[in-house]
Amino acid sequence: MSQIHTLTMPKWGLSMTEGRVDAWLKEEGQAITKGDEVMDVETDKISSSVEAPFSGILRRQIARQDETLAVGALLGIVVEGEASDAEIDAVIEQFQSTFVPGDAADEDSGPKPQKVELDGRVIRYFERGEGGTPLLLVHGFGGDLNGWLFNHEALAAGRRVIALDLPGHGESSKTLQRGDLDELSGVVLGLLDHLDINAVHLVGHSMGGAVSLNAARLMPQRVRSLTLIGSAGLGAQINGSYLEGFVEAANRNALKPALVQLFSNAELVNRQMLDDMLKYKRLEGVDAALRQLSATLFKDGHQQVDLREVVQAGHVPTLVIWGSDDAIIPVAHSEGLSAQVEVLSGQGHMVQMEAAEQVNRLILGFIEQR
Amino acid sequence: MARKISYQQAINEALAQEMRRDSSVFIMGEDVAGGAGAPGENDAWGGVLGVTKGLYDQFPGRVLDTPLSEIGYVGAAVGAATCGVRPVCELMFVDFAGCCLDQILNQAAKFRYMFGGKASTPLVIRTMVGAGLRAAAQHSQMLTSLWTHIPGLKVVCPSSPYDAKGLLIQAIRDNDPVIFCEHKLLYSMQGEVPEELYTIPFGEANFLRDGKDVTLVSYGRMVNTAMDAARSLAGRGIDCEVIDLRTTSPMDEDSILESVEKTGRLVVIDEANPRCSMATDVSALVAQKAFGALKAPIEMVTAPHTPVPFSDSLEDLYIPDAAKIEQAVLNVIEWSKR
Repeated sequence: MSQIHTLTMPKWGLSMTEGRVDAWLKEEGQAITKGDEVMDVETDKISSSVEAPFSGILRRQIARQDETLAVGALLGIVVEGEASDAEIDAVIEQFQSTFVPGDAADEDSGPKPQKVELDGRVIRYFERGEGGTPLLLVHGFGGDLNGWLFNHEALAAGRRVIALDLPGHGESSKTLQRGDLDELSGVVLGLLDHLDINAVHLVGHSMGGAVSLNAARLMPQRVRSLTLIGSAGLGAQINGSYLEGFVEAANRNALKPALVQLFSNAELVNRQMLDDMLKYKRLEGVDAALRQLSATLFKDGHQQVDLREVVQAGHVPTLVIWGSDDAIIPVAHSEGLSAQVEVLSGQGHMVQMEAAEQVNRLILGFIEQR
Repeated sequence: MARKISYQQAINEALAQEMRRDSSVFIMGEDVAGGAGAPGENDAWGGVLGVTKGLYDQFPGRVLDTPLSEIGYVGAAVGAATCGVRPVCELMFVDFAGCCLDQILNQAAKFRYMFGGKASTPLVIRTMVGAGLRAAAQHSQMLTSLWTHIPGLKVVCPSSPYDAKGLLIQAIRDNDPVIFCEHKLLYSMQGEVPEELYTIPFGEANFLRDGKDVTLVSYGRMVNTAMDAARSLAGRGIDCEVIDLRTTSPMDEDSILESVEKTGRLVVIDEANPRCSMATDVSALVAQKAFGALKAPIEMVTAPHTPVPFSDSLEDLYIPDAAKIEQAVLNVIEWSKR
C-alpha cells in the first residue's frame, strides 16, 4: 500500500505564524524514518529542526532555502511505497489550491491560555488535548508555559495536557508568600482542584522538577507518575554563578552569558530570546520573586531541599531525563535513583527544547505503561 | 502572549496604572480632562487626540485642565515637581515649546545642578511630535535634538506601544525632568503590551533586527520606516541591523559603536531637520570613535532644511521614507565596492 504524505510547516508555540527555511537536511530521493530531522527552520523566537512525522522517501522538496512560509504551508512530499510523479503532482496541486495561511483571526480561534484566581493570585494555564489521565507540565526557574512549545502539542496528541505559569513567572501573579517549594506545589495542587483533576502525571523541568517531587511527597495518591527533566531536588549542587548572573542581569549583554549556559547550542540564544527574557524580567515584581525563590531554594549556590527519598520510596513511578552536558544541575544527580534514567548525550539543561522529539517519545513511552 | 493594544492606549494605561500606584502623580495640560462618560461637554475631550480620555473620571481632582498659557502651566508644573509631587504635564504640540522654553531650559533643567543636588524636579512633559498629519509648519516639527542639547533633561521617543508604556512609567518614576515625545502617527499602531506594570531603563537602545552589512540607527516613528526598508533590502541580499535609540538623552553610545564595529557601515535616519540633529550627533560619534571600522562614508536620511510643508504632496516628499533609506543603504554598499 502506498501513501503520499504532505510535510508542512509546524507551529512551535502560540505566537508562531511563519518560519524561514534555513536548510534541507535530506536530499530528494533519500529515505527518511519517522522522527528524523528533515529541515532546519528559523522563527522570530527560535531555530529548530522539523522532524518527519512519517517514514518514506522524500520525493519532493517544495520549500526553498531562505523562503519564509506560513504555518501549515507545504514543505515537501514524503511517499510511503510507490507513487508516480503525476500522482504526486495531483496531491501538490490539490494542497496548494486549498491551503489558506492562518492570519490574526485564526490565531484568535485556536486554543489559548486561560487565567484563574486561586487564593487571591492569578494563575495562567494552557490546556490542550483530551482524554486519558491528564499530564501537567511544570517549568523551571525564570521559565513559563511557553518553554514547552516543542512538547505541549506533541504530548497532547491523545491526552489532556496542561502547562502552567508558577507564581512569579509568565503571566501569573508575581507575589510570593514564603517562596518555598510547599507554596509552589500548593499552587500546582490548587490548579488540579480547580480543574477537577484527581490523578495526574507530572512533568517538571529543573525547579519545576522539585515542585513536582514535592507535590508527590504531599499528595502521593494524586500523582500517577513523575517525569523529572534536569531536575532540582535530587542533590545539593546547582550552578550558583548561573543563578546569580541570571537574577542580576538587567540588560541584554549581561543576560546573554547566563542564558547560553542553558543550551548545548549557544546560537539558540538570539536577540529575540534575550528580548523576551528581558521583557519578563522587567515586569513589576519579577525581580523580587526571583530573588526570593533563589534565596529560599538555592541559597549560596546550594539546593536547600533534598527530595531523593520521594523517588527512592518507590510509591510513584519516575522517569528521569538529563542532558549529559547539563551546566546548571549536574547529570550525576541522576545516578543511583530507583527510576528509569535516560541521559541524552551532548545535551544541555534545556534538553526538552533542544532534543524535543526524543524527550517527547520518552515521556509518551513511559506514561503509556502506567 | 500579551494582548495587543494601541500606542495611544499604552500611554493611557501607563498613566492610569502609575496614578493608581502613586497618589503624587497627576496630569495637567490643555484639554486633557474629560472623555469617556465625563459629565456634559467634557465627554468630548480627554486630550486633543484622546490620549488622556477617561482619566478625569477615574482620578477626581488629579486631571487638571489649564488655561491656554504654556508659560503659566508648564511653570506651575515645574514648581510643583520641586515641591515633592510628580506632575505629568502635556504640551499639546512640541512646536509650542517656544512659549515655555525658559521654564524648561533655565529652570527645570538647571535646578538639580544649581542647588548642588539638593533639589530634584520629577517632571514629565508629554508632547506630540512629528509630521504626517497635515498639520503644517507650526504643529509638525521634530524638535528632539533641541531637548537633547540641554544638559539636565532626559529625552524619550518611543517607537512602539510596548516601549511607550515601559518608557512612560520609567519617566514618571525618574527624579529628573523628562521630555516624552509621542509621534502623532504612531497613536494607532497596535502591538503586544503586558497588562502589568514594567519599566524600560533610559539609555538602552533596542535592536529590532540583527544584521551584518549595514547599521541603521533611528528613533521614534522612523524606526518603523527603517524596518520596512530593512525587510525590503533583505530580499535583495542586504542584511541590515536596525537600532532604535529609544532615548536620545541619555544615548546608548555603546550599542551604536558595537554595531558599526561589526557592520562597518552606518545610515542614520532622522525625521528632523538635518542641521545639529540626532543624525549629525550619531554620525559624529561614529566618525570619532569608530572611524577605523568604517568601510564607507556615513549616510544621513533626514527631512530637508525647510519648515514642514502644508501641501499633502510636499509633506509626503519631506518625510523620509523607506525608498530613501534603501537608496542610502545601497550607496554605502556600493561605495565600499569601489
